[in-house]
Amino acid sequence: MNGSTIHLYGANIDTDVILPGKYLNLYTPEELGPHCLEGLDPSFIQRVRTGDVIIAGSNFGTGSSREHAPIAIKAAGISCIIATSFARIFYRNSINIGLPVFECADIVAAVKSGDTIEADIAKGLFTVNGAVFQAKPFPPYIQDIINAGGLVPFVKMQKKT
Amino acid sequence: MGFTMTEKIFAVHAQSRQARAGDIEILTPDVVLLNDTSGTITVEQLKKMGVDRLFDSEKVVLVADHFSPPKDVTSADAINLLRGFGNKFGIKNFYESGRHGIEHALLPELGKVGPGGLIFGADSHTCTAGALNACGVGFGSTDLAGVIATGELWVKVPRSIRVDFVGQPGRFVTGKDIILSLIAKIGVDGALNAALEFGGSGLANLNIDERMAIANMAVEAGADTCVFEYDEQVAQYIAQSGWAARQPVMPDADADYLARHTIDLQQLTPLVAVPPSPANGLPVAQVAETIVHQVYIGNCSNGTITDLRQAAQVLKGQTIAPNVRLIVVPATSAIYRQAAREGLLEILSAAGAGISLPTCGACFGGHMGILAAGEAAISTTNRNFRGRMGHADAKVYLANAWVAAAAAVAGKIVDPLTIAPLAGRKELA
Repeated sequence: MNGSTIHLYGANIDTDVILPGKYLNLYTPEELGPHCLEGLDPSFIQRVRTGDVIIAGSNFGTGSSREHAPIAIKAAGISCIIATSFARIFYRNSINIGLPVFECADIVAAVKSGDTIEADIAKGLFTVNGAVFQAKPFPPYIQDIINAGGLVPFVKMQKKT
Repeated sequence: MGFTMTEKIFAVHAQSRQARAGDIEILTPDVVLLNDTSGTITVEQLKKMGVDRLFDSEKVVLVADHFSPPKDVTSADAINLLRGFGNKFGIKNFYESGRHGIEHALLPELGKVGPGGLIFGADSHTCTAGALNACGVGFGSTDLAGVIATGELWVKVPRSIRVDFVGQPGRFVTGKDIILSLIAKIGVDGALNAALEFGGSGLANLNIDERMAIANMAVEAGADTCVFEYDEQVAQYIAQSGWAARQPVMPDADADYLARHTIDLQQLTPLVAVPPSPANGLPVAQVAETIVHQVYIGNCSNGTITDLRQAAQVLKGQTIAPNVRLIVVPATSAIYRQAAREGLLEILSAAGAGISLPTCGACFGGHMGILAAGEAAISTTNRNFRGRMGHADAKVYLANAWVAAAAAVAGKIVDPLTIAPLAGRKELA
């Protein structure tokens, strides 16, 4: 597996800076992706490559419930987000749309922007600069939604049963 | 061990008929709320789910409030999508410009929110419902598509943080100052994965509007939800609004709390939260003389009749500073009409205010008052994040309506007493 690049941010990154309010009348991934992190890091969208990883401090995705924020992050090509902790709604939204999110405080303190990361998303196992980090496992109910590929296929499966 | 109010409300709505902090429960809400920004994605997800029947169209409420009235063709398309969805599935509760309001202020008026109720909304400020002894929980669009399809959603029952109010608030102290002081104390993640529960002997000194201002910003402390104790004021409110779906809840004496705080209302002063965090509340004196270019009085937290009365008290007979744009946004059409009846709109307009129809408007940087780079606004809204009301280099200061109105006259942040020596809580009563 080729390594991906880390984009490191601080604590309390709010969904307004991830996807500014003026774009909330848009809703498709194609429209939202180009505005990802526009309020915080306007050149991010030029630097990001498919498969890259966002790492951040505590309470990532705080504030507005806008699902547009994780949709934009996923559409920009980010493969997963690792943070010390997440705001509840952002966390659920990410799981629901199939954007992997992991809690792992140790990795946040150990890396810098531009570092290369090897990510085993299925196992929540990450390697940076030779060091290996294991993210917290998901509660069983959430793991079922992830296994289904998000809430849409999960609900479809439930409807059949 | 007894139960918190949150546990009790969740239990009534749980498939298992029980709820204890830490458990994951499957809940069915009394109301599901969508708006014109979150609802578009919900509608798309429902299509992908292949849903041809809603769990209960009576329980779904659609409110076009964010980009309403539509600011451009893209926004009109979004509202049209929401309306079309409502028509297709027989959803009678569709509200937009004119017979309408900002969702969190509108739902209580409609009798859709009340004691013991559980509201799931695709908007983070759904927690405003807590003021009426209900639990409002914010979700994203796909979660609510799941609820609309199945009537069920998994929720981890939060532990609760108990906040007791004691004493009588001072002259210019409002609900806004109470919640800003709490967030300054515990931080924007101080209630992360928790519920805030409010009560205490001082609660009787706060009217429903002020409680809504507090509840609205519970999410700004990271809270999952919040709930106020039931009392006579809530009983009077629902006697008017018609809510009767559930029974009131009170906490058990031996309920288990994550933490307890007591706020002595007498000790508080009006606060201004400086950008870029709602946790940055400072006494007015510490930010006095800050130049403002826009004053915004409105939104789902502080666009109530109480806020408009406070603003009018300051602005009566005054003229706003020449370099200031003052925008007043009554939160609902009913509040707008009441403000007209009381002569408040006349006072505000004569002072130089632009009065808008109810809309989320500029609060989230949508329209109707966007800030340029280098501009500063003082606003009764709930978020002052970077770029929140427009350009990333514009600044938003959060404050109550008295402080905001005084700044409109002075062109800068000032102690309201210097502008309006006859204004204040007692003078309003």
